[in-house]
Amino acid sequence: MTTLRPMTGARAPGSGSEPAISLRGVVKRFGALTAVAGLDLEVPTGSCLGLLGPNGAGKSTTMRLLTAQAIPDAGTISVLGYEVPGQSKQARAEMGVVPQQDNLDEELTARENLEVFAQLYRIPRRSRRAAVDAALERAFLTERQSTRVDRLSGGMRRRLLIARGLVHDPRLVLLDEPTVGLDPQVRAQLWGLIDGLRSAGTTVLMSTHYIEEAERLADSCALMSHGRVIASGSPAELVAEHAGARVTEHYGPPARLAEVEELARTAGLPTRRTGPSVSVLKAETMPPSLTAELGPDGVSRAASLEDVFVVLTGERVE
Amino acid sequence: MIETAALGGIWRHEFALFKRYYLSQTFAALVEPTFMLLAFGYGFGSLVAVVGHYRYLDFVATGVVGVAALFTSVFPGMFNTYIRRSFQHTYDAILATPVDVPELVAGEVLWIAAKSGIYSCTPLVVAMGFGLRPSPGMLLVPFITFTTALGFGLFGMYTSAIVPSINSFDYVITGVVTPLFLIAGTFFPLASLPAWARTAAEFNPLFHCVELVRHAVFGLQPRTDLVHLSALLLFAALMWLIAVRTLRKRLID
Ligand SMILES: Nc1ncnc2c1ncn2[C@@H]1O[C@H](COP(=O)(O)OP(=O)(O)OP(=O)(O)O)[C@@H](O)[C@H]1O
Ligand SMILES: [Mg+2]
Repeated sequence: MTTLRPMTGARAPGSGSEPAISLRGVVKRFGALTAVAGLDLEVPTGSCLGLLGPNGAGKSTTMRLLTAQAIPDAGTISVLGYEVPGQSKQARAEMGVVPQQDNLDEELTARENLEVFAQLYRIPRRSRRAAVDAALERAFLTERQSTRVDRLSGGMRRRLLIARGLVHDPRLVLLDEPTVGLDPQVRAQLWGLIDGLRSAGTTVLMSTHYIEEAERLADSCALMSHGRVIASGSPAELVAEHAGARVTEHYGPPARLAEVEELARTAGLPTRRTGPSVSVLKAETMPPSLTAELGPDGVSRAASLEDVFVVLTGERVE
Repeated sequence: MIETAALGGIWRHEFALFKRYYLSQTFAALVEPTFMLLAFGYGFGSLVAVVGHYRYLDFVATGVVGVAALFTSVFPGMFNTYIRRSFQHTYDAILATPVDVPELVAGEVLWIAAKSGIYSCTPLVVAMGFGLRPSPGMLLVPFITFTTALGFGLFGMYTSAIVPSINSFDYVITGVVTPLFLIAGTFFPLASLPAWARTAAEFNPLFHCVELVRHAVFGLQPRTDLVHLSALLLFAALMWLIAVRTLRKRLID
């Protein structure tokens, strides 16, 4: 079982091991702004959790709380069985972090960057070289290992950043939007890499704006908004619950779109704007009367996680 | 607790960077005191032959050691720390590994002080070319400059955490660093200054450094030198406390 459960204090019976990450009632304020507002989240060991949510939802702040680079104002956090921030150093030793913001050392070469982190992560001297070689290979940068980072392309830097967080074979990796700015081939390669990590038993917490990425990689997803989880479950469960099976898209002038929205809403069906069209979700539950009223101009398609995302987090950018 | 494994990682980073800039730093460390000694030793020295019981050139040479200890610690403390925290986010990356803020600060300042301690001896080497007589006490100088650089390196790191932008360092340089290096008995003896300035100098760590360096080179005065050494250690300890505190506030949300 890999679905997220709302936390009630008890673990699901039969799940033998402790969760790799558990947050309970975590609050983090920056002055008047509450970035994380009573967050409950649990990531089972060996699973991949996709953290979704609009800009400013608190995803990166959550990641920083897990490494004790942010200290919560309330709540408890445990990572790999260590209480954080109290025992965060042990936790950090066993996890890898790929930050949203590139913080490679631009003056050093790709190899030197990895060498420094191999030592910061305390890989024994005799295995450091092999670890660095493996990381370079992972990032497809073996040929470019002697290039200074400021001369690497954006995608190469991203790959190096990911490889740096994996250089010590961590038990847990935090990936904050790992595939931003990568071309489709490299993104697919990294998906393979992340999938491989999970198959090898590594726990992955990954934030992303690429819905497809979450659908492909995550065992379960948590949808964050305004600092808390507003929905969670496997991608399929989330889609079924919040968007149904099918969606019909209606195109037309603004007045027509407003009319479609009004009709659907009265019938209790969720809608979302999709650029020039309105999508009516849970279309399979539509009463025949509404189908008739909406007219035959609807284009039917399968419901997606993106529909869930937009419906639950609101359409407007705040 | 400060673990050596954490310090080792930070030094690995510093060493990788050092390989890039050691030539320019060595050049500066040798040429700068040469110019200073030429300008002050010959220029000024033609007006003042002796200061107290020192040859003016010997007086300046030992003063320049102190100036080097100040500059090669306070500036890296200020600028490197600011740039790595604020522009390059290097410290964010390091603090995601098993390194805590005190270890980061300790690793950085020990590196700065070790480098500064060694490079600050170059004026003595240059001065020997100008006739300074070698003495066994000179072997103590790197330890004196190391201790001095600890305090000033930490002071620089502390200011890097309180300035709102990198331009604000102008206030620190003009308002603090300049008076520190002028009123320390570096280029002219304090005896010629008014009483208030002499009292102020007692609170200048660089004054204690310069006195110690002179005594190490020309003859120790154990009783006073113990006071000078204590002043340097006290300064470093104080700076350690406030540097760790303010940097933690800046690095951990
Ligand atoms: N150090 C900080 N000081 C003040 N406010 C902060 C700080 N870090 C984050 N915030 C605020 O906290 C909120 C959550 O930010 P966070 O970076 O966690 O969002 P996010 O979900 O990662 O967004 P994105 O998808 O854009 O990366 C935002 O409103 C942000 O401005
Ligand atoms: Mg973010």
